[in-house]
This record gives sequence, structure tokens and C-alpha cells, in this order.
Amino acid sequence: MRSVGVLALQGDFAEHIATLRRLGVDAREIRTTKQLAGVGALIIPGGESTTMAKLMDMYDLREPITRFASAGNPVWGTCAGLIMLAKRLADDRPQPLGLMDIVARRNAFGRQVDSFETDLDIRGVEGGPYRAVFIRAPIVLETGPSVETLASLWDGSVVAARQDNLLATSFHPELTSDGRVHRYFVEMMASRATT
Amino acid sequence: MTTQRETGTFEVKSGLAQMLKGGVIMDVVTAEQAKIAEDAGACAVMALERVPADIRRDGGVARMSDPGMIESIMKAVTIPVMAKCRIGHFVEAQVLQAVGVDYIDESEVLTPADDNHHVWKHDFTVPFVCGARDLGEALRRIAEGAAMIRTKGEAGTGDIVEAVRHMRTVMQQIRRAQHLPDDELASFAKEIGAPLALVEQVKRLGRLPVVNFAAGGVATPADAGLMMQLGADGVFVGSGIFKSGNPAARAKAVVKAVTHYNDPAAIAEASKGLGEAMVGISARSMKPEELLASRGW
Repeated sequence: MRSVGVLALQGDFAEHIATLRRLGVDAREIRTTKQLAGVGALIIPGGESTTMAKLMDMYDLREPITRFASAGNPVWGTCAGLIMLAKRLADDRPQPLGLMDIVARRNAFGRQVDSFETDLDIRGVEGGPYRAVFIRAPIVLETGPSVETLASLWDGSVVAARQDNLLATSFHPELTSDGRVHRYFVEMMASRATT
Repeated sequence: MTTQRETGTFEVKSGLAQMLKGGVIMDVVTAEQAKIAEDAGACAVMALERVPADIRRDGGVARMSDPGMIESIMKAVTIPVMAKCRIGHFVEAQVLQAVGVDYIDESEVLTPADDNHHVWKHDFTVPFVCGARDLGEALRRIAEGAAMIRTKGEAGTGDIVEAVRHMRTVMQQIRRAQHLPDDELASFAKEIGAPLALVEQVKRLGRLPVVNFAAGGVATPADAGLMMQLGADGVFVGSGIFKSGNPAARAKAVVKAVTHYNDPAAIAEASKGLGEAMVGISARSMKPEELLASRGW
């Protein structure tokens, strides 16, 4: 199986790598275009989306990541990563990558004091509710016709979605010991390799 | 599905610090500075009325900043906004939580309000970051509910020596804990003045149970790289940016150095043509009573 890359510009990339390694998957930090060529899937981790967008610009990573995703390689964004995957944001900054047919709202629940944990049912993730951690989290406001909603909150807010090879979650599976969402993503990469 | 949501859990509080990792948190005194910091790629800002270098120069009692000023900075940027309360001043902390800051720094840079006790941070929904000079101090703060640690260094000096000493001390003591047999952990915990349960956790994890940033004396991209290579998860820059010749360029350069801390060529590139760094004062030339780092119990 190929390695999974985790974009390591800023944020909790080390937690994604640790979770993947616990599942027996080879995981690598990605900071340059060259490093991206060596992996079969990419995770854009949680962090500060404004910071991450600036660093992507500083290091000319937008175009290579876009090409990587367009080639059909699986890409998963958690929290700030979801924001980066979106086609458009409800506010005017930062500039997302525009890969996924979703509109996202940043800090949709308010400030840090409004951050929370809750139990979620996630389509495609078996074994009971998933304890999800939301930190200054975004939500998906609109989904295009080819986007499948995988999880939503009590009020209907979409917090996990998939479009072909693209996966987006508002919450942080890398912060908990439950590796089921990472396994789901690794299976996206594995099933692509066999088709 | 349950509609139950839990706020203020330790996962949620320590989780925000995880999101800040690999980033630079900058001291700002105005909304304009906050925007410059955000544009340069800061992952958060610390809103305060005076940077540590000025607090040091002015003397007197340094207190929590005007909530109105903090709010103006919260309105100006979308990155998280932190603010400082005095050590042990739990009402300043309550005020900052009511204002809605994203993180509270219970800071030795302000004049301590309690010379025996820190804030009991478990009572708050908002997370706290606290300073530490060694593992014992870090674990005492975590026991009180801190969700993030920063090594203290010596704020407002532009001299990195104290930050290095504190980071090395924490790292050495973590390595020591890792190699001690279980039956020697209790006396090690006693020696460093830390709760045994947290020492056991450090041994198991091989690191602090929360994110650990470096602070107090970072003035250049190379300083930031040094602290990252010594094991910091990220860097606070206080006076170092807005007391320098070209704040916008220096802010961006420190951000780059933190991202590529293991790449000397990248740090070299980031360090070019930044103009003057803050003047600074040698921490070793200061009298013991002038050292802010010794505040904290």
C-alpha cells in the first residue's frame, strides 16, 4: 500500500501521522511539491486556515495539490482542511483551493468557548456513534449534486461529506483514539489502487 | 442521535493548542498590528496594551488589558485571540472569558496578584496557557487545568538564553522520567514538585501531555528555529516583532523559520534583509529581582 502524506505547514499534522501509524499505515510529512509526488493520498490537517492558506501561497503548493487531487488521489481535509477544500466560503477570506463542491462557513459555532464534543453517526463508519471533537469548527452550508453527506448535527448542519476522492470533516478524528475515520480514508486509497 | 454537546472539556481546550502547533503567536497592541500579524501568517495573536519590553521599561503594576481594546482586536482578525491575566487573578480571568477571548495566558509578564496560588483553571470553559521553567512547574500548571504550556524564557529582553535553558530543562527532565523504573517515579515526582499521575503520563507519552510552545526572548528567525529544534511545538514572539525595524517582514520571516525549522537554507533565505532586530538587553546582566521568569509558584 502507498504512503499517506499529511500537509505539515502548520497545525496538528503529527496527530494524523501518529493515528495512521497506529493503523499500520506509512505516513509522511509533506512540506514541498517534491514530497507530494511520493504519496498516494493527502490529508490537510486541522490548524488555522488563514495561516495555512498563507503558507500554501508562500510555498507555491496550491497548484500541485490541485493537480494531485484532480489526478484522482484521495484528499481529506479536517477542520481547516475542510475549509481549504471548499469551492467557496461564506466570508471572503482566506482563498480556499476550490476542489470540492461545497460552501463552508468558518467558526460556525462561535469562538473557542463554544467549541464542543458530541456523538455522531457517520455514514460508512460502522460500530456505533463516533465521539467527535469540534474546535472553532466550520460547517458545510451547501453541497453540490455530486457531494454525499456523511454526517450532520442535531440541527441538520453538515459536518462530514464526500465527493468521489475528496473527504471533508468539520471535526478532528486525529485528536481521539478512535481510528475509524482514518481507516475509512485509507480504504478510499486502497480501493482506488485496485480499480 | 444525541443532541448533547459538551463544551469546555479538556479535549476541546487542549485541542485548540494542537491547532496552533507549528505556528507563531504574536504580541499585538492595536488592531492594525493584529492585521499585520495575521497577514504575515501568525496562527494567533496575544492582545495586550504594552509589549513586555515596554512593561519592563515603564515599571509599576502591569494588569489585564482594557477589554474594549481586546474586543477591537477580536473584531479585526479571524485567527484566535489570546489575552493575559495576572497570576492568581481569577476575576481578571473571568472577565477575559466573558469578553470571549479564545485563550487566557496566566502570565508572569504581568504583576502577580497572588504570591502563593495560581488560578484554578478547571473552573473555566476558556482554555489557559501558562509559563514554566521546568517539568515540575509545567505539571503543576497542568494539574491546575492549563491546556497548553509555554516555556517562560525572559520576556522583553530579546535574549534567547533563558528560553533555551527552560526548554532544555523541560526536555532533560522528560527524558529522565522516561528512563526511570516505575518504583523511582514517586521520589522523582517529589523532587520536581509534580503530581505522580502526571509524571507517569509523561513517562508513557515521552512528552508533556499538552502542547508546549517556546517564549521569552525570540527575536530572529534563527531564534525561532533554535527553539523548534530543541523541541518546541511552536513559538510566541512578544516584543521581538513590533520592536524591530520592519515588523511585517520580520513577522513573515519568523513564520517561515518555524514551518521550515529543520531546513537551514530556508531559515537563511527568511533571514535576509530584515533590518534591525529589537535592541534587547542581556538577561545575564539583570538583577534577580528584575527577572520575570521567577514569578510563578
